This record gives sequence, structure tokens and C-alpha cells, in this order.
Amino acid sequence: MKYVIVGNGVASVGAIEGIRRVDSEGEILVISEENTPTYGRPLISYLLAGKIGPERMPLRPVTFYDKFKVKMVLGTKVTAIDAATKTVTIADGHAYHYDKLLIATGGVPFVPPLPGKDGPGVYSFTTLANAETLVEVARTCKDVVVVGGGLIGLKAAEALHDRGVKISIVELAPRVLSAAFDDKAGGLVAKRLEEVGIGVHCGTQATEIKRDASGQVTGVTLKDGTFLPAQAVVIAIGVVPASVLAKEAGIKVDRGILVDDSMASSDPDVYAAGDVAQAHDLILDVNRVVPIWPNAFNQGFYAGKNMAGDQSPYSGGLAMNAIAFYGLPTVSVGTVNPAPGEPGMEVYDSLDEERGTYRKLVFKDDRLVGYVLLGDIDVAGLYTGFIRFKFPLDEVTKDKLIKGQPSILQWPEGFFDEQFNPVGAHEIV
Amino acid sequence: MKKIYAQKEVCIGCHLCEVACVTAHSKTKDTILAHNVEKARDGLTPRRNVAQEGPVCVALSCRHCEEPMCVAACISGALTKNPETGRCEYNEEQCVGCWSCLMACPFGSIRRHPLKEKIVKCDLCAGRDMPACVEACPNAGLIYEDRGSD
Repeated sequence: MKYVIVGNGVASVGAIEGIRRVDSEGEILVISEENTPTYGRPLISYLLAGKIGPERMPLRPVTFYDKFKVKMVLGTKVTAIDAATKTVTIADGHAYHYDKLLIATGGVPFVPPLPGKDGPGVYSFTTLANAETLVEVARTCKDVVVVGGGLIGLKAAEALHDRGVKISIVELAPRVLSAAFDDKAGGLVAKRLEEVGIGVHCGTQATEIKRDASGQVTGVTLKDGTFLPAQAVVIAIGVVPASVLAKEAGIKVDRGILVDDSMASSDPDVYAAGDVAQAHDLILDVNRVVPIWPNAFNQGFYAGKNMAGDQSPYSGGLAMNAIAFYGLPTVSVGTVNPAPGEPGMEVYDSLDEERGTYRKLVFKDDRLVGYVLLGDIDVAGLYTGFIRFKFPLDEVTKDKLIKGQPSILQWPEGFFDEQFNPVGAHEIV
Repeated sequence: MKKIYAQKEVCIGCHLCEVACVTAHSKTKDTILAHNVEKARDGLTPRRNVAQEGPVCVALSCRHCEEPMCVAACISGALTKNPETGRCEYNEEQCVGCWSCLMACPFGSIRRHPLKEKIVKCDLCAGRDMPACVEACPNAGLIYEDRGSD
């Protein structure tokens, strides 16, 4: 069996580990545009902030690829997939045959058609190379504007601020973290950012990146007329699935590559995983692109097992983000912003501004479907369990969850033993 | 692989497993010093914790899952599933304290280190034949055996 994996992010590592659970001998070839072994992509903000050095970046030990018998072709772009002859072609024309192919090309940063965006001084923040570039930017620039107040934008802002750069964040939505958080949680984070001296401009948008006669960035104009002086701009609005290769190969693509529960695409020998895939979502019960780290690993892992011949259905992804802003830990899982008036939805929240803590729980019918925690996050995993296992809740249990007291001992009878004491549970007479 | 199985029917909630865990993971391996000195000084904390709900209690810790969610969520490579031993291993050096694993583990088996931006989780007492919590349990509420899962 010959496996080819295009892309070398976390989905690729998941796939390698998944394949090797089933097939210890088949040949695995990874082809990646980036020129380093897999690194912890979210660590780029830690690297940019100077919290860790480059030696901390690799996701697996150097021995990993040898131990798992993986061949790597790095710094190489795949230019075409031919599903009929089962080959992938790289930039120099060389073609590799596959029996099973995994497309794990991830996402590409979305850059809006903003006047002045082309030219020096405008950066993305999704790769190790981007982070290395921004370390240099931080040395030479006094002011930087970050366009986009989502997770990536905020982490870029925080890291550059740590390097002594004066930062302004510009966000179209009325609050930062509009996707993962609500007004109260977004407000607490914005407050924390402003306390340390980061400018936050919400409910407006960048209309132009201004440049001087030599083409150097001088600042950003906002819709509300504000001009923010800057020598560089980071655009962090989001990523879109890198699905061009698949589309050109005739594979079915919606927003991302459509996959079934085995992670196979419309071509049974071509699989997709990670930010490029449009896979099953556990809560919403539809296929959608949820570009987050744990989903990418799991999708890769299940793709790998199924590529190797196992029958292992992917149980579905769960949107989740854990991130800290200046020591304020935050967790957001599942459905956290139900549409007003959506039937069956109940929302409970409690905010303690003094302590800087916030807890929000979202129930649908009699089940927990989402939560947000700020500050006090220690019981996060237990809430995640209630969502993942879809336990129906009686009033007593629901009340305990609302009060911040979830416990495994609230699980339905029998489920505890299945998980913690399967077979041979002792009978007490 | 051998794992620790928790019997909620027999747990008496004495917390001796927690005491033994703290001692086993201390520098001095001395119960008194571990609790009276190292807890406050180093943030030493038990990896196994007794959950109590009304009259029912049970001592819980990492299950060393076959397909661990914590490993899937780990952004730094600090958490890995050892293919030989089946253990979910944690390398504190690598951890950046992002709390992704704490969020992802549906069993709530991962905790924050009281002092550092690191996590704390059960290592099945690496280096010992019998985990300290199992040895300390006065009522066989914890059983360490191989039930055929990885």
C-alpha cells in the first residue's frame, strides 16, 4: 500500500499515527510546501512573543518520521492531482503514484480587496515563516495595525505588543472574538487588552492602507474617519480552505472538500482532513468547515485509519477554542451564540467583573450544546463531556451545571462504569 | 495495557489515594514534607481526585484513553500517546499552558498546575510497578490490571 499525504500540518501527523495503528508497513510519503517538519502552528504566537524559542516548535520529536517510517518531501508544491491515474505532480514535473491520497493542505489567509494591500509592509500570521518575518518587523516598526479581531488577530496583537510595538486592532463586528464569544466575554477580553495599552477599534473597518511616495506603509484609514499611523499591517481576518487542487482534480468541493464519515471525498481513494475539509459536526449534524486544531488532528487520525483499511467512522467535530489573553484564560466550546428566538435554546450566564470571571451555558432542549468560560476554567473538560456524550439532563443536574458544579457522578447510570470500569465491575453484595 | 479502574461502589472517600499520589510525586517522598512543604512551595498537587456527589464518591484520574482527546488538542507536542506502552505521556518542558487539553478531555482529567503555566495529569506512576494510589486504597476501590484495551 502506498499512501501520499499532501500537507504537513497537524492533520498530517494525525493521519500518520492513524495509518500506523492499522498498517505498520505501507509506504507513507508526505509532500509539503513548508520546509520544516510539522510544528505546533498555534505556537507561532508564543514564538513571536518571545515566550519560546524555535527549538520548541516541532510537534513531534525528530525521531518521529523515522520511527513511523515516513518519507518527507519538503519545500515542494504539489501542482496537480490526477485521480484517474492516481498520481500527484510536483512543481518540477515529478509525479508520485498513490493508492490512497490524503489532502491536508489546510487554509490560506483571506485578504480582502483593501486599497493599498499590495506592496511591502502587509503581512499574514498563519505560518512559522510569517512569525519569523514579524520578529524582524517588531524590531523596526513602532506602530502596527492588526486588521481582524478574531483569535489569530488578537494573538498576533498580543505577541507584537510583548515585543514593544504599539498595536491597534480593527474589527468589523461590534466586539472582538465575535465568532467564539458573546458581548460580555468579548468585552472582558477587550478590557484586558486596553488595560495593557492595545487600541481596540470595533464596529468599523479598514478602508485603505496608506503609503508614502516610496511605497512604505504610513498608516490605515478607517471607515469612521480615524487614521491610525503604522509602519506595518497584519491582516488576520480568517482562513479559507486551500481546496484548489481538489477542485481541479474534479473532487467535490463546497466551502471545503466534502467528506463522508470515513473522511473520503467524492473519490473513494482521495481523503481530506483538517482546515481544507468540510466534515461532520457533532452538534449541528451537518458537514461544515471548522478550522480548529483538535478537529484537524482527529480528522487526520480517522482518515489515516480508514485509508489503511479500518472501518472507523469519524464521530464528528466539535468547535472549541482555548486561549489566554494576558493571563486571562478563556474556553469556548460548541454553540455559544444561538440566534435570538431559536426554538428550544436556553442561555444562562453569570459575570463577575471584579474577579474577571464569566460563565455561559447554552442548552438545547434538555442537553448542553455549548459554553464559554473566562478566568475560572478548571471544570471546562467536564462540560465538554456533557456536550460530547449528549447526556439528557434532569432539572437537578442542569441546575448544578448552571452553578458551575459539573461532576462525572452526574452522568447517567451505567455510563460511568463503561468509561471508568468496563467489564468485571465488582458486584457488592 | 494495565490501567487503573475505579470502583464507585466501594470507594469510601478517604482521600488516601490523593495523599499517596502527592507523596509519590514529591521530591522528598516523605508524606509530611510533601504535604506541609512541597505543596505550598512547588505547587505539588494530586493527579487523582475524589469526586463526591451526595453519598456517592469515586477517585478519578486520567484514563489513558485509546484515542485521547488531549493528545489531539495538544498544540505543543507535550502530550503524546506512547505506541509501545499505550500511556498518554506528558512532557512538562514542552507545555506552554494553552489549556487546550483541559478543555478537550471530556473526563475532566487534566488540571492546571497551581503555580506554573503548566498542566498536571496522571502518569501511572512512571517508574513504579504499582501506582501509589492503588497501593494506598484501603478498600480495593482502585484496581490496576490489563483488561485488554490499549
